[in-house]
Amino acid sequence: MRNSVLYTIEKGELDKLIGILHRDGYTVVGPTVRDGAIGYEAIESVQQLPIGWTDEQAPGHYRLKRRDDDLYFGHVVGPQSIKKFFFPPKQRLFGIRREGENDYVFEATQPEPPRYAFVGVRACDLAAVRVQDRVFNDVMPDPYYAKARSQAVFIGVNCAEPGGTCFCTSMDTGPRCTQGFDIALTELKSTFTVEVGSDKGRKLLEALEHKTTDANTKHLVDLMMQSAAEHMGRSLNTDGLPEMLLNNLQHPHWDEVAKRCMDCANCTLSCPTCFCSNVEDKTDLTGDHAERWRTWGSCFTLEFSYHTGGYNRSSTAARYRQWLTHKLASWHEQFGTSGCVGCGRCITWCPVGIDITKEANAITDDVKRFRAEQERQRAEEVGS
Amino acid sequence: MITAIDQRPDVVSGDANAMSPVWARIVSRCQESSNTASYTMKFVDPEIGRRYRFLPGQFNMMYLFGVGEAAISVSSDPANSDSLVHTIRHVGSVTFAVDRLKVGQCVGLRGPFGSNWPLESCKGRDILLVAGGIGIAPLRPAIYQLLKNRDQYGRVILLYGIRSPQDMIFKEEVEEWMERRDFQVLITVDYPSENWTGPVGVVTKLLRRVRVDSRNTSVFVCGPRVMNRAAAHSFLSHYVPEDQIFVSLERNMRCGIGQCGHCQYGPKFVCKDGPVFSYASVRNLFGKDEV
Ligand SMILES: Cc1cc2nc3c(=O)[nH]c(=O)nc-3n(C[C@H](O)[C@H](O)[C@H](O)COP(=O)(O)OP(=O)(O)OC[C@H]3O[C@@H](n4cnc5c(N)ncnc54)[C@H](O)[C@@H]3O)c2cc1C
Ligand code: SF4
Ligand code: SF4
Ligand code: FES
Repeated sequence: MRNSVLYTIEKGELDKLIGILHRDGYTVVGPTVRDGAIGYEAIESVQQLPIGWTDEQAPGHYRLKRRDDDLYFGHVVGPQSIKKFFFPPKQRLFGIRREGENDYVFEATQPEPPRYAFVGVRACDLAAVRVQDRVFNDVMPDPYYAKARSQAVFIGVNCAEPGGTCFCTSMDTGPRCTQGFDIALTELKSTFTVEVGSDKGRKLLEALEHKTTDANTKHLVDLMMQSAAEHMGRSLNTDGLPEMLLNNLQHPHWDEVAKRCMDCANCTLSCPTCFCSNVEDKTDLTGDHAERWRTWGSCFTLEFSYHTGGYNRSSTAARYRQWLTHKLASWHEQFGTSGCVGCGRCITWCPVGIDITKEANAITDDVKRFRAEQERQRAEEVGS
Repeated sequence: MITAIDQRPDVVSGDANAMSPVWARIVSRCQESSNTASYTMKFVDPEIGRRYRFLPGQFNMMYLFGVGEAAISVSSDPANSDSLVHTIRHVGSVTFAVDRLKVGQCVGLRGPFGSNWPLESCKGRDILLVAGGIGIAPLRPAIYQLLKNRDQYGRVILLYGIRSPQDMIFKEEVEEWMERRDFQVLITVDYPSENWTGPVGVVTKLLRRVRVDSRNTSVFVCGPRVMNRAAAHSFLSHYVPEDQIFVSLERNMRCGIGQCGHCQYGPKFVCKDGPVFSYASVRNLFGKDEV
């Protein structure tokens, strides 16, 4: 139950909103069907939204399917989040020209980011932006990220039908947008309800034909959200999880997962919070012009942990353990939050269907069983 | 006075994101051993030279035009920020490129990054420094400060392990230190030469030759991983408390500012939470393989 004022707009108003955002100079980004999946791309109108499409998701499985209605947002999240718009996969950090033997001149560094308006962002992805803020914005702000972030508009969408790999309820990030949005929509048959999250959002709403939502509809929205929360595809037991994982770095289950893991890095590349990058320096053929590029990196590659003395994580088991313990455990100490928002992408896009919730739960359950057995034995000793 | 700084000095870099370098000119070069040299540098922009400060144990990211970057500790005296010295073992692409530079040419620098040897909080205690090979470089700024403020510390002892006598770096200085009565310096080699009369074997063997007052000793360790582990465990078995053993760690580093993720060591970012860690703060990770 959420105690905020809701407004109702007719569906047609969404196209008007997109038009207003364009007019105000925003690059409007929304979900759209491309290459057999739904991704965030620049869109011109609601016509490019995945109207009438849904996505069937399971571990290692993703398929677009026709819905029997024409909902705009009757799908969940696709392979890519909006991370790429703030933290581009490939980015030039600077260029340098050598003039004469010993004189170096910096050339224009980074381009100015566009002003983005994101339409149809889910609660998990909004949460992921706040997770990445702690890396790129809060301490030593990355100029491109900080700029793109500060001028962005977020039109969230609440999820009524979670996907097969979703577990935002476990991570306390969804299915309802509760923060980080300017406007949050709930899609009904012929209308949207609108919650306003900022002054920017209020101004946008005021430009649209709207009325206060009646009590019945409000109640319906609450019921939809409650039902969504109860129908998550997965669930993760987070109780005492960070300590449990960090105390079990030698658990045999890491080796068991490593037998299945292919080191492909799909999980880190699709994850909306993974922030690792490589820094590459190169020169052109003349040798007088050098550039520094930053590209997405992944702890699943061997080179990632390379240093003069060798590799710090030479086995797949060690790399998988780094990934999972980082997401669910050490992130807390680093940033005061989990590194996982429960979007399920790493599960869907893993070619062999390795499931973060299943692997973590397996270790938790095993440790619990072990403790219970110890308790039982102790009780027996005391009793005898 | 420099030793009074307990807050980290500002990072110097080419622009706001701390990912681009400023230029420093090599003003002299001193060959320390067959593969190691010390480079004295001055910032090309004198204003940066006036501003730049570092603490013992901190490092810079050194950029070689078009080649890449490597993390390199500052090895000079923090009180003398006018001449910044980097002591470099030439092992790979960036460090080979430094080796090829001539005096008068430039490298890029950004920094200083990371944590420092806790000289302030260890005042009044015996300081035991353990260096392995190039590991003496990040300890040298601490040695300068300890000797300058000698009356503020108990005994000061250096245990220095090298492969062979020819691999000793800072040779003249080490000999000067050995002359001092207020600084005990012990050196051991893995492979002695014919005229070597000193100890042979791993650096932890030197511990037999010194008295460790476990309640009043702080230990600073920097060397290869195997040595760091052995040293930390020896001191623990001498009952030096976990929070008085400090180790400087080496990891792959691409940014220095906690953003690239490469240097992660469990929950720690070695570039900003380290490189100097108390044993107590990494107890659960230290000595574990593959973390
Ligand atoms: C905090 C900190 C402080 C440091 N201080 C100093 C210092 O004061 N002085 C000093 O000399 N060093 C110092 N180092 C170490 C220095 O940063 C490394 O030696 C660095 O790797 C040198 O970079 P390079 O490009 O010259 O060598 P690299 O190119 O990294 O090569 C090193 C060696 O590894 C091999 N290699 C390179 N890439 C790979 C790969 N992908 N897979 C397998 N092998 C590979 C190379 O062939 C070579 O043998 C410090 C490191 C840290 C983290
Ligand atoms: S770890 Fe997996 S479920 Fe969690 S945020 Fe990343 S991609 Fe989503
Ligand atoms: S270390 Fe691995 S899991 Fe953690 S942010 Fe980097 S790529 Fe993602
Ligand atoms: S070196 Fe990039 S995070 Fe530490």
